Amino acid sequence: MKQVDLVIIGGGPAGMAAAVAARENGLEDILIIERDNALGGILRQCIHNGFGLHRFGEELTGPEYAARYETEVEALGIPYLLNTIVTAITPDRVVTAMNSEDGVFSVQAKAIVLAMGCRERSRGALNIPGNRPAGVYSAGAAQKFVNMKGYLPGRKVVILGSGDIGLIMARRMTLEGAEVQAVCEVMPYSGGLQRNIQQCLKDFDIPLYLSHTVTEIHGKERVTGVTVSKVDEQRRPVAGSEMYFACNTLLLSVGLIPENELTKGADIPLDPITGGALVDESRQTATEGIFACGNVLHVHDLVDYVSEEAALAGKAAADYVLAGAAGDSPRRVIAAGAVRYTVPQTIRRTDKDVTVYFRVGSPCTAATVRVTCGDVELLKKKKPKMAPGEMESVTLKADKLIACSGDITVSVEV
Amino acid sequence: MKTKNLTCIVCPLGCELTVTLDGKTVVEVSGNTCPRGKQYAIDECTAPTRTLTSTVRLADSEEMLPVKTASPIPKEALMPAMAALQDVVAHAPVAIGDVVLKNVAATGVDIIATKNVK
Repeated sequence: MKQVDLVIIGGGPAGMAAAVAARENGLEDILIIERDNALGGILRQCIHNGFGLHRFGEELTGPEYAARYETEVEALGIPYLLNTIVTAITPDRVVTAMNSEDGVFSVQAKAIVLAMGCRERSRGALNIPGNRPAGVYSAGAAQKFVNMKGYLPGRKVVILGSGDIGLIMARRMTLEGAEVQAVCEVMPYSGGLQRNIQQCLKDFDIPLYLSHTVTEIHGKERVTGVTVSKVDEQRRPVAGSEMYFACNTLLLSVGLIPENELTKGADIPLDPITGGALVDESRQTATEGIFACGNVLHVHDLVDYVSEEAALAGKAAADYVLAGAAGDSPRRVIAAGAVRYTVPQTIRRTDKDVTVYFRVGSPCTAATVRVTCGDVELLKKKKPKMAPGEMESVTLKADKLIACSGDITVSVEV
Repeated sequence: MKTKNLTCIVCPLGCELTVTLDGKTVVEVSGNTCPRGKQYAIDECTAPTRTLTSTVRLADSEEMLPVKTASPIPKEALMPAMAALQDVVAHAPVAIGDVVLKNVAATGVDIIATKNVK
């Protein structure tokens, strides 16, 4: 069997940043495996701008951001396989993959970085009654059609879900000549960035219906319209509130799910909230030598944070191959109060500062973030505003972590 | 004097800005966390601009070429700029930053490529 020090599964922003960091930390023998026909991942179809302000200090489009890392991967001479899909990994780090040239093959890796990204939640997960006509697309599929293939999937559009992809596609379809009649959001608030509500909806007078959902899809061969209803606090449709929109296209932007089939196949424990692996501060999963980063670990709002996290995982994977396992027995990081989840979920090494990322479950104002270890308060800060769509972080100082022992609790009180 | 609430779109932070206006003149901006937010508020109340991102055809390719305006253009020029991109066909090789269309919709701003194609 072929031996490789580090196999990185996925050549999107996470995979590329992990590869660059691993090489910069002294690891020579690296292989990136990518299933698409080019590196870049989802950034290839995200032609809008707003990427890179944190990472590069300038505003880039998705393809430009991806090109920065592609150039680095090429300059460092890091090998990658395209059009190659990984079908299985094992806990002892055998990676099985296939492509049309080599057939099925296996590679024994000393370390693996999981960087497979996420996929969109589909219509099937929503239980919307009606037939199965053409014209129902996930927002990301429509984005690929429009931005990469040059096809407009429909002319009269309703969008369900106000996450960033839904908002971005409302603008994109409008610019390309489609009439976007409404964006509906089942929650009482949008999951998207405020700037996207302004520049994608308000700029084009597209109405946003909060606490509304699609309750019926009409049409047999092709979508002819949708019924939109108001929902109550339990997200149940309110009788009598129905509105009918004539349209030929429904776009769904209803959430992203980390794509962890390979992870599950290797019996790597997952966090039921994030849908990604449970990791320590170096992004090592509970299985030694297997690391995870980017949207396969938890869905990020900014690619800049993906790159940052992937660099951490890539460096840790290089250290693991070159110096062996490190770290003490794990201390749990517990989410409390309004905190929905944290990443990492465990901390093993306390010789360095550790940044813990978290999200709140619902919008909070005048909140207090508190990090405690038993009776010891490690950190306390006030936040005027927090929203589920925006990832927050706290950095725990090494000297404070060493001075206490046991589980660490991250809480938000309002 | 009147006040106007805006959401800053300069970066993903999305600051909630409050602008105090005397007629069409901006007297005060608050809620911004950086100087770019103040500039955005002033521009938005006097002459709003946007960066346009879109695609053009690429000869002999199954994929489109992503492009953008080299700098923000007036908001009302967005649709005329889209119309101008309809008939543009780019030819490989293209490098990021290459001018694909000069002076789009008489804005004085060029359309440039955002992807490298060999």
